Amino acid sequence: MPTNILMPALSPTMEEGTLAKWLKAEGDTIKSGDVIAEIETDKATMEVEAVDEGVLAKILVPAGAENVKVNTPIAVIAGEGEDASAATAPAAAPAAAPVAEAPASAPSVPAAPKTSAPPETPEFPADSPMVSMTVREALRDAMAEEMRRDDTVFVMGEEVAEYQGAYKITQGLLQEFGARRVVDTPITEHGFAGLAVGAAMSGLKPIVEFMTFNFAMQAIDHIINSAAKTLYMSGGQMGASIVFRGPNGAAARVGAQHSQDYAAWYSQIPGLKVIAPYSAADAKGLLKAAIRDPNPIVFLENEILYGQSFDVPRLDDFVLPIGKARIARAGDHVTIVSFAIGMTYALKAAEALAEEGINAEVIDLRTIRPMDVETVVRSVMKTGRCVTVEEGWPQSGVGAEISAQIMTEAFDYLDAPVIRICGKDVPMPYAANLEKLALPNVGEVVAAAKAVCYR
Amino acid sequence: MAGNAKSRSKSEADAEPAVPAFTKDQELRAYREMLLIRRFEEKAGQMYGMGLIGGFCHLYIGQEAVVVGVSMAARPSDQTITSYRDHGHMLACGLDPKGVMAELTGRRGGLSKGKGGSMHMFSKEKNFFGGHGIVGAQVSLGTGLAFANRYRENDSVSLTYFGDGAANQGQVYESFNMAELWKLPVIFIIENNRYAMGTSVARSSALTEFWKRGMAFNMPGEAVDGMDVRAVKAATERALEWCRAGQGPYILEMQTYRYRGHSMSDPAKYRSKEEVQKMREEHDPIEQVRARLLAGGVSEDELKKIDAAVRSIVSEAAEFATQDPEPDPSELYTDILL
Ligand SMILES: Cc1ncc(C[n+]2csc(CCOP(=O)(O)OP(=O)(O)O)c2C)c(N)n1
Ligand SMILES: [Mg+2]
Repeated sequence: MPTNILMPALSPTMEEGTLAKWLKAEGDTIKSGDVIAEIETDKATMEVEAVDEGVLAKILVPAGAENVKVNTPIAVIAGEGEDASAATAPAAAPAAAPVAEAPASAPSVPAAPKTSAPPETPEFPADSPMVSMTVREALRDAMAEEMRRDDTVFVMGEEVAEYQGAYKITQGLLQEFGARRVVDTPITEHGFAGLAVGAAMSGLKPIVEFMTFNFAMQAIDHIINSAAKTLYMSGGQMGASIVFRGPNGAAARVGAQHSQDYAAWYSQIPGLKVIAPYSAADAKGLLKAAIRDPNPIVFLENEILYGQSFDVPRLDDFVLPIGKARIARAGDHVTIVSFAIGMTYALKAAEALAEEGINAEVIDLRTIRPMDVETVVRSVMKTGRCVTVEEGWPQSGVGAEISAQIMTEAFDYLDAPVIRICGKDVPMPYAANLEKLALPNVGEVVAAAKAVCYR
Repeated sequence: MAGNAKSRSKSEADAEPAVPAFTKDQELRAYREMLLIRRFEEKAGQMYGMGLIGGFCHLYIGQEAVVVGVSMAARPSDQTITSYRDHGHMLACGLDPKGVMAELTGRRGGLSKGKGGSMHMFSKEKNFFGGHGIVGAQVSLGTGLAFANRYRENDSVSLTYFGDGAANQGQVYESFNMAELWKLPVIFIIENNRYAMGTSVARSSALTEFWKRGMAFNMPGEAVDGMDVRAVKAATERALEWCRAGQGPYILEMQTYRYRGHSMSDPAKYRSKEEVQKMREEHDPIEQVRARLLAGGVSEDELKKIDAAVRSIVSEAAEFATQDPEPDPSELYTDILL
């Protein structure tokens, strides 16, 4: 059967073009791969190659024709000994993609599923024995427990094995699990992050320690493009069960390149979960949950918190739900929302406020994505006022997201605009006095809470 | 180990290793598989022209001997990972042309349910790990597949493909270092098709002999005539043996050529028509096999039958990919988290 050659689209945006030149004449024999014409698109002059074989029976659009619409028949190819006249019939219009649903006047976007936070159940029995431990010990124990439980879990990173961890979080792991599962890497963040994601795609469960998250910027392509997006791009066939962890945010006097909070950055990415614990109990319970979780997880720690001690339930298997905020202090005058080291300012501010008769409810988000908006909104409906606290920068920060959520979900309950207390909008300075000024402080949180209470 | 590694590297003074002949069955298999890729890609180009395939579409025409030769040497348990120029790799892995084509057209029957597109396709079942749109990313990921093989102590090898352009990415050398340091079973298959978009290797690379790029890590490498499927298979067998013996990674520089533009919208003005024509006429991987088959007594008719069978597979794939519905809108929010 004779076949029509159609005006091809030769760029993602081309709708019509000029048929600049025919390189074959009527009667010429054509093999697939032969260049038959030149076409000027919106971007360039392109060659058109034949796919079908036969004889160029008829040219329908002459050279020089402008504004030829994509998919217009431009010539007819006939098989040997065929009559071309049969094929000049109107073009096979491209089969429009069958649409999945009857087309509505405006394409309706399905509603995003609400991520509702896990139910309000006690996270551990009230009478559990408690033991005091540092965040550092809690993180180490979480990894060791999960590695004992599952041979596919391994930890890799710079100085994690023989040196026992740059911040001693992996202390003792090499001794217990050996070099197969506690892997010292070269200083090669981009490479080892990609390597770990590849291992995860094939079913292992890597824990990647970044010496600090500042260095993970070299690896962020693999965290986002390779880890977070693969499940979606593969139609659910393969993802990456992997934890990227390490200290995040400002330490002390290490200057601009070593003092950035990445919570807001990673929290923007669908396909990632982002956890930023404050207490040792949360660090332990959430890291264990993160390692078991089948999704890629960014687990943001804080160097200043590593040495702080908290009560942790002494249970055989203490796992906390990801995506659930914790009400760290109940109150009904103002809601203070924070996470990670921001909690130190929030809790101290709440104490100071209590002395002045203001009862602040302090919420520790613990997980930044998926964010437990429900708990925040419920609190704001009660208090009518909200202050957010984070060390990260203000623009498009976690506080900005909380403000937007509250405005959408609890606008009518607000008695005052939300105030964000953030790190100042500057690279972290080195000088001690400037560094102090750049970070949030308790006084700012107290002042903001009073302001939203009109006191 | 150092001496051993060196001795595996081809030096310029070495004579070309003789290319072992194929049996008639091997020739026929190579012919059929390469032809399937060629016809599939031509059809994809045509469907792009009709607006059925959107965005970028990178065709593999001219390079068919590389994946087919490698797949003839590999086992199904070996993993494959490559760039966005991935349709041929998927077909060579034995994936259904319908599923591949329907992914190109963004339909629900596509391998990624229409959510990945031509550059991002995967198949757990066939050990095909993508399909990656970020130049060079698959090199670290592929090294990770090899890491997992060593961790599990199986004898699978990661077949990690990338281009001459990708070979200049930093993470490639980070991966080379770790692969050799930890003796990971990975073959780095550099498909040197002489161009990265519009940039020829001479304009981008201080050392254009890519097979030597592992030398700083003491990694062996060979240059291979990537237009000769027999040479590709033989070299891959050597490399696989090296990897399976626990000796670490191996580089194969496949010297090949892409006939079409970088993607469908590339007018390819950076090279002469004569250069392309010469490759097509003198080195075409499919014509080479065809000529040998004819010389060996296989009839034109027999080959025509293969051609017809391949064309009908491709037409069916195109038909399916045109008729299959788009994904249900409810798919928008699935497969984000497990
Ligand atoms: C990190 C990154 N930079 C740039 C691009 C845009 N880009 C896509 S393909 C390509 C050329 C790659 O050439 P090569 O590695 O030789 O592979 P080939 O296309 O020849 O198969 C470029 C620059 C990209 N996708 N990713
Ligand atoms: Mg190239």
